[in-house]
Amino acid sequence: MSQSYDRGTIEDFGRWKEFSAGMWAWIFHKFSGWVLIGYLFTHIAVLSTATQSPEMYTQTIRSLESLAIVRVLEVGLLAVAVFHILNGVRLLFVDLGVGLEAQDKSFYASLAVSAAIVVASVPTFLAGAF
Amino acid sequence: MSTELKEKETEAETETESASSRQSRRMEQKRQRASRRDLKEEAREEIDDADDTIEIKVFRFDPEVAGKEEPRFDTFHVPFFKGMTVLDALIYARDHYDTSLTFRHSCRQAICGSDALFVNGTQRLGCKTQIADLEDHLGSTIRIEPLPHQEVVKDLVVDMEHFYDQMEAVEPFFDADELPEGELEEQRQDRENREKIKMSTRCIWCGACMSSCNIAAGDNEYLGPAAINKAYRFAMDEREGEDRKQQRLNIIEQEHGVWRCQTQFSCTEVCPKDIPLTEHIQELKREAVKNNLKFW
Repeated sequence: MSQSYDRGTIEDFGRWKEFSAGMWAWIFHKFSGWVLIGYLFTHIAVLSTATQSPEMYTQTIRSLESLAIVRVLEVGLLAVAVFHILNGVRLLFVDLGVGLEAQDKSFYASLAVSAAIVVASVPTFLAGAF
Repeated sequence: MSTELKEKETEAETETESASSRQSRRMEQKRQRASRRDLKEEAREEIDDADDTIEIKVFRFDPEVAGKEEPRFDTFHVPFFKGMTVLDALIYARDHYDTSLTFRHSCRQAICGSDALFVNGTQRLGCKTQIADLEDHLGSTIRIEPLPHQEVVKDLVVDMEHFYDQMEAVEPFFDADELPEGELEEQRQDRENREKIKMSTRCIWCGACMSSCNIAAGDNEYLGPAAINKAYRFAMDEREGEDRKQQRLNIIEQEHGVWRCQTQFSCTEVCPKDIPLTEHIQELKREAVKNNLKFW
């Protein structure tokens, strides 16, 4: 029996330049999903300050919002959430077997729409931050 | 005892072998060597004559030969002609430069499924891939590797055993409930049903889809796109028997069956026969749900 050669991780993520639309959609969907789960915990942590006193909550929110980095992260959060929603709808259609021939186009469309929404939201999020 | 016999035979051979026959064998070898030299010469001339030449970079590995145990890439210059495929270039390189260059091929017309290769980072059939269709084929080197996620046996040859096991796991055969009465009577299928399964019958077992699948790479038990497509081909055929259909659905709806598919569309994109694999997997997912949902 001949032994064989293991080509290792180069077979997968080392080839990222050669990934196609469906693969990128999958990676972005996983990534945005994990980011949203991470946000969920910080969100609960911030909300739970309200159990101590209303003032405490207000103060926490105010001090957080006064930080420029938080404003920037909020834009990032919106980007991730919008993409996850749009791609989620795309995956719903894929599961229903609708428009599978256009799956790459719908991925690019969801990217474009999320980008547009994020750019439009920048003035709102960053107003007075800098 | 057997060794004794063999010894006697070889002795007898050397005795009967006359000096002249030995010489003629040596002459034959010499002639072969000369013809090989001519091939290289010929290649040089052809490259000089050709309008365009291409450069292919081929993965080389052979655990049984000293000096080839470490995988490496060999570069070959091949004269380009109109209509040349990747397989043609490989055959040219093997015939003119290195007879030990190993790859599977048979029909050269995309129906035997032997020569699925990893060409410029995509799973393709060597015989179906026109070199002219590759991006910048004259300016850049064409990289030819064995299929990823399968064990390399030698050079471009990979071990297909696991793929064949998965294909057989879905019980790819007909088991009709009732057969026609007459001996020569046909088992008819209506046209609509034929259209439905048409694409799925085109599978040539090349293994390109399985190799491209990220999930199959990480989960060895996953049936893989080709096997699920095979299951689709029989499950959707109206002539298939109820019991066998149920049994097949039970196989594909297990943990490592259809539900592993994450719709990355890699398989659909590389399939040389253009089978809509993801669509078929999704349809079987719905079939599996319908099979288990009861509203009464």
